[in-house]
Amino acid sequence: MLRIRNGRVIDPSSGTDAPRDIWLDGDRIVRLAPPGGGGESDRAPGGTREETLDAGGLIVAPGFIDLHCHLREPGIENSETIETGTRAAARGGFTAVCPMPNTRPVNDSASVTRGILERAAASASTRVWPIGAASAGSRGESLAEIAAMQQAGIVAVSDDGKPIATARLLRQVMDYCRSLDLPVIDHCEDASLFAGNSMREGRQSVRLGVAGMPAATESIAVARDIQIAELTGCRFHVAHLSARASLEAVRAAKKRGLRVSCEVTPHHFTLTDEDVAYDTHYKMNPPLGSAEDRAALVEGLADGTVDAIATDHAPHEPASKEVEFDRAPFGITGFETALALALELVHAGKLPLMRMVELFTTGPARVLGRERRIAEGQPADLTLFSTDHAWTFRAADSASKSRNTPFDGRAFRGAPMATIVAGRVVFRRDA
Amino acid sequence: MPERLRHLLSIEPLTAAQINFVLDEAKPFQEFQRYPLKKLATLRGKSVALAFFEASTRTRISFATAAARLGADTINLQAESSSLKKGESLLDTARTLDAMKPDCIVMRHGSSGACQFVAQHLDIPVINAGDGSHEHPTQALLDALTLRDRLGTLDKLRITILGDILHSRVARSNLHLLGKFGCCFTLCGPAMWLPREFETMAPLGGAVRLTSRVDEALDGADAVIVLRVQEERMHEPALPLNEYILLYQLTPERLRRAKPGALVLHPGPMIRGLEIDPAVADGPQSCVLDQVTNGLAVRMALLFILLGGGSESDFLRGLSAKTEGGPAPVPGKGSKHVAD
Repeated sequence: MLRIRNGRVIDPSSGTDAPRDIWLDGDRIVRLAPPGGGGESDRAPGGTREETLDAGGLIVAPGFIDLHCHLREPGIENSETIETGTRAAARGGFTAVCPMPNTRPVNDSASVTRGILERAAASASTRVWPIGAASAGSRGESLAEIAAMQQAGIVAVSDDGKPIATARLLRQVMDYCRSLDLPVIDHCEDASLFAGNSMREGRQSVRLGVAGMPAATESIAVARDIQIAELTGCRFHVAHLSARASLEAVRAAKKRGLRVSCEVTPHHFTLTDEDVAYDTHYKMNPPLGSAEDRAALVEGLADGTVDAIATDHAPHEPASKEVEFDRAPFGITGFETALALALELVHAGKLPLMRMVELFTTGPARVLGRERRIAEGQPADLTLFSTDHAWTFRAADSASKSRNTPFDGRAFRGAPMATIVAGRVVFRRDA
Repeated sequence: MPERLRHLLSIEPLTAAQINFVLDEAKPFQEFQRYPLKKLATLRGKSVALAFFEASTRTRISFATAAARLGADTINLQAESSSLKKGESLLDTARTLDAMKPDCIVMRHGSSGACQFVAQHLDIPVINAGDGSHEHPTQALLDALTLRDRLGTLDKLRITILGDILHSRVARSNLHLLGKFGCCFTLCGPAMWLPREFETMAPLGGAVRLTSRVDEALDGADAVIVLRVQEERMHEPALPLNEYILLYQLTPERLRRAKPGALVLHPGPMIRGLEIDPAVADGPQSCVLDQVTNGLAVRMALLFILLGGGSESDFLRGLSAKTEGGPAPVPGKGSKHVAD
């Protein structure tokens, strides 16, 4: 029995924002009560001995979910493993993470899915909810064995890293996934419009002489996908949405009642293309957008158009990023800085705290068709965080195997302080 | 002396004073090119690594000649023969070159920012001899020297740049350099090579105007910088070459829209009959051969500044010092400065 005392519970599923003590037994939440309500004795309701975790001054939220990450196992273990990646995720306050299928081999069959889940059971700090490939080998030609993967444990499908290649294949995937009640996540990018160029086309790309891709590379694909989602009735989720025009398309789709959702990464709501100066730690796909895009994303986070903050944690071993800008691989790590970056928006008055918690918890859960709440009988997955703990992120101290982050040395206010997965404290930060 | 240069990676961060300093330093070296014996001992014992990761003839030869005339040795690395082909990273190649202890690296690379990247990892000066579509600083310096010589000033000139602006490192370096002297620019080329973001690169006091009409672009220009049409940039969907010639080739008729006697510059290599009419290329307004000679002077000056460690007096001493294998020339006595 574990009692979390004196915390401020914020649970967006019920709108709760109140001091509560929470009792965990095994992997479940067994009781909630106002502080003192359970007596100050160290006796648990059942009379058994209880341990306590003092959450005074902290916020106790449902366990954070990351809809989008890359754990690189199997096959690319020099960059990350399920063990190191989920340890970094736990340090970031995440209790469940969804690894994309672009491993080696690609997670496009039940046997790969099972392999990932077995490794997770043996080594992971957090829950691992794999995303399966939409097409065989993510090659964009024919459907992957989606139903078998679903039975093995995938929570969604995506060919992330690339878009689902053609409108025709996307329609097949969406028709099929509607029948399986699985969401389809697309990395939206029109492959014919300068896809794969190193940064966003704009003033900065012109100044640097770096080949750019316009925002339309993304928003054209978002528009296509929304229309096919409407055609098929499938649940459709836009991965790492980065452009204002894409956000407006999602907003309009939601207004029309379509089952469309989207996620935004911390780097896209924090940085812009003006921050790019040949440092490969600022190179990711989609690339950093304009200041106007960033402002639109922040607005979308606040007004509910955006459903989730997702990290797109994409570790790359150091040597692969120590190259010419246009030759560097896309992607940055993100688990350990996500919450602190979101809190920057809260501190700036641009994002209500309740809403921020929703973007890490009930929001992503809803995308996957799941529940996320703090209530008796629910899984004991909780994230405890401080809104004002002062600290500086050091990439060298990261639990990830990789160091490719633009936020090395950034000073933050607010941090994850403890992460509880299935009743087990998997991470605790020294105050 | 203005703040000391360590590398020359781009023109953008330099001040007008720094640029003037380099151009002034280049003056005696301009004169020097006319000497019958072109060898100084100024940088004797120094070595300059030439790391050209992208094909180049004229810039590489220009730097090699500049180094040789200052008495420095050169270490040559060419992409064709380098281990890059075997998969070695740029950083490892650069570190290997650095371990041979050159005193500076002159580098050309197809990726924008590559010279800055290498400079961050090495302790010796790096001179950018062209990085991707980013900058080509020595080209802008030699263009500026050419303009200043012919027009007497760089202040508030009206400059037209004609061609593939988007992919041109020459255009960017010239914008940054001449912009610091209050020049006004008209950039002209096919619309797909003329992103409107260039307007926001308008330097202090100057202005950048974009147009796809060549007559309008040339109106009243003091100088026209014609860019090479890089056929490798004509990738699909390509602009037919004949369309380019039809609309943008610099012909004598079009050049008449510019000021009388307006200068025509071209960074080379020039393709006659494509971006430029041979009558213009060979006409009295063409500066292309001056540019080549001035390139030597500017590069000698730069190597001297970055490697000679010199103050201005060192510089003068360097020029007049004992040269290889012969007695020191006597400066300033009305006689020619004969280097051995």
